[in-house]
Amino acid sequence: MSLLLQYTLIFASVLVLVALGGCFSEHSGVINIGLEGIMVTGALGGALMMKYLPGTMATPLVILLVVLASILIGMIFSLLLGVAAIKFNADQTLAGTALNLLGPAIAVVLVRAINTAESVDNVSSTVTYGHARKAFLVNIGGFEFNWFMLIAFLALVAAYIVLYKTKFGLRLCACGEHPQAADSVGINVYKMRYAGVLISGALGGLGGLVYITAGVSEWKFENGVSGFGFLALAVMIFGQWKPVNIGLAALMFGMFRALSNVYTGFDALSALNIPSTVYNMLPYIISLVVLVFVSKKSRAPKAEGIPYDKGQR
Amino acid sequence: MNKQTKKKESILRNNMFQTIVASLICIVLGLFVGYIVLLIINPAGAGEAIMAILKNYFYYPTGAVTAKYLGSTLVKASTLLMCSLSVLFAYKVGLFNIGVAGQYVVGAGISIYCAVALKLPWYLCFVVAVLAAALVGGLSGILKAYFNVNEVISSIMLNWIGLYSINVLLSTVKQETSPYTIPIETVNKKGLLPHAGLHTLFSNNQFVTIGLILSVVMAVLVWVLLEKTRFGYELKATGMNKHAAKYCGMKEKRNIIVTMLISGGLAGFGSAIFYLTGIEQWMVQQTTIPAMGFNGIAAAFLGGLNPIGAIFSSYFIQHITSGGTYVDKTMYCAQTSDLITAFIIYLCGFVLFFKIWFVKYLDKKEEQGREKEQKGGEA
Repeated sequence: MSLLLQYTLIFASVLVLVALGGCFSEHSGVINIGLEGIMVTGALGGALMMKYLPGTMATPLVILLVVLASILIGMIFSLLLGVAAIKFNADQTLAGTALNLLGPAIAVVLVRAINTAESVDNVSSTVTYGHARKAFLVNIGGFEFNWFMLIAFLALVAAYIVLYKTKFGLRLCACGEHPQAADSVGINVYKMRYAGVLISGALGGLGGLVYITAGVSEWKFENGVSGFGFLALAVMIFGQWKPVNIGLAALMFGMFRALSNVYTGFDALSALNIPSTVYNMLPYIISLVVLVFVSKKSRAPKAEGIPYDKGQR
Repeated sequence: MNKQTKKKESILRNNMFQTIVASLICIVLGLFVGYIVLLIINPAGAGEAIMAILKNYFYYPTGAVTAKYLGSTLVKASTLLMCSLSVLFAYKVGLFNIGVAGQYVVGAGISIYCAVALKLPWYLCFVVAVLAAALVGGLSGILKAYFNVNEVISSIMLNWIGLYSINVLLSTVKQETSPYTIPIETVNKKGLLPHAGLHTLFSNNQFVTIGLILSVVMAVLVWVLLEKTRFGYELKATGMNKHAAKYCGMKEKRNIIVTMLISGGLAGFGSAIFYLTGIEQWMVQQTTIPAMGFNGIAAAFLGGLNPIGAIFSSYFIQHITSGGTYVDKTMYCAQTSDLITAFIIYLCGFVLFFKIWFVKYLDKKEEQGREKEQKGGEA
């Protein structure tokens, strides 16, 4: 049971971080479908940092450096979307899709190059970081507490405060609802949209790092993050673009994802004899069903996906 | 003189001309970025590696072997063409069918299952596979039309559901000692697509079948449907403005569903003409979605969202993807091509901006020319 709780919390943390990223981007008016790719590059940044950090380094410093690496790489990568969508009025879905393909491609090419440089026979796309990963874990009576659970919770609280209680957040939302109106009162729509995309890059990159360190100590980058970026988007829609609801939705999706890891531990579930593939499919099926029920009354930001044109009335 | 300038400008202002130029720029920039990445990884062999990607089957010295591998590249390119047709068809109707990958997977799974387990003749395998893939696409369409579910999200979910389901289905027909499915030719020769003599053109490459011709025919049919029929016009009108289409008495919900049905069917068509040649077997432990569908998105946009353009762009994308396997493996990996393809898709996002900028530039130049002429007249 504690194992289920542990996995639920860690997967929910991933989903909260990435969904909040999507939330900021969409509130600013940019659809960020490239979160999947951003997660992969963020994970890559963190994984490489963990690989090259000396083992003797103090724990807090390890956490700080690894987290910073993921966030920074995620932000840089998200700029690709930002520039295309905000400066060049590109189709946001197309640019996002390109990010999703670019992310894993960059990761595989880079990791393989590093691996083959180390030894010619090694053509795998796997990065091992078992040692540094321990820095994130604290064992509390059989329950493996991960610092990322706390970080995700803090991010949730911060997102709530920023979006609803600060000038910046309210202005950001205005740019996603009615950019012309926002501009007319002196808000720089382009700047706000860049801010939204960059925040989504930071949170998406961090989410990617949390995902690959959730249960394993090495990651094969050929697998990407298996659709987690899209699950996060489903969480965001289910949460109706509101931080608190996103938190609750993430817990639910996190639990379904966790089941595929731990269902063998439950006598009742393993007695049902359902193939493991069904558990793997479960989060995707649930999200499809959930979307059917919530999409009709969608509270999506009104101007999302529409490039802002100053001359348009 | 006036007539001459008009003629000259009409080429530059021609939409098709601009599209082709934009696509060529995307290709050159994409290759350039690929070259830079190779340089960063290892400067010693970068030039050779990018040439290997561009040469693809010309890597082989003799004509016969070259012809054979040209055949294999064409088989894959024809599949890619179908995937890109699927994407562009939906896009013309205002839908982004990112689920082409999942529909492709379902088509692949069903065609293999029909051929190996049910031992059906090829035409039945083919039809069932297309129908199954169409239904998956149609499901996204229904969700979009009646429940307002974003087709991008729903079809991504269906991609994963499709992949896992097909893995389960095909593990019933897998070889005992390996994770691959039983080759079709060993159990059901009638399940393979007929060659119609085409394979003799490619040094008896047994995988070259009528699929090659069928895919090109489909490209032309899609073009005719979109550009020359009332039905196609209605679909495009729905894509441009759903509410206006409804106001004009078109059944906008039906149009969305039909579009996704056709789009899915095209993807299934692609996987059927690939797997029913026996060129590859399905790996039932696959945990990543085959790249073919996603490359279809690249080919569709690179081809300027034109079915005829897609024929050329699909061939190009497949050419460099196959070429990627010839790079020096002690330094680089085959995925360098995927990186180039991904970057080309990214650049395709800028095409519209480029066109608008180019037209503005032409207008400005024209105005300057006119001013000069006026001044000349005054003097």
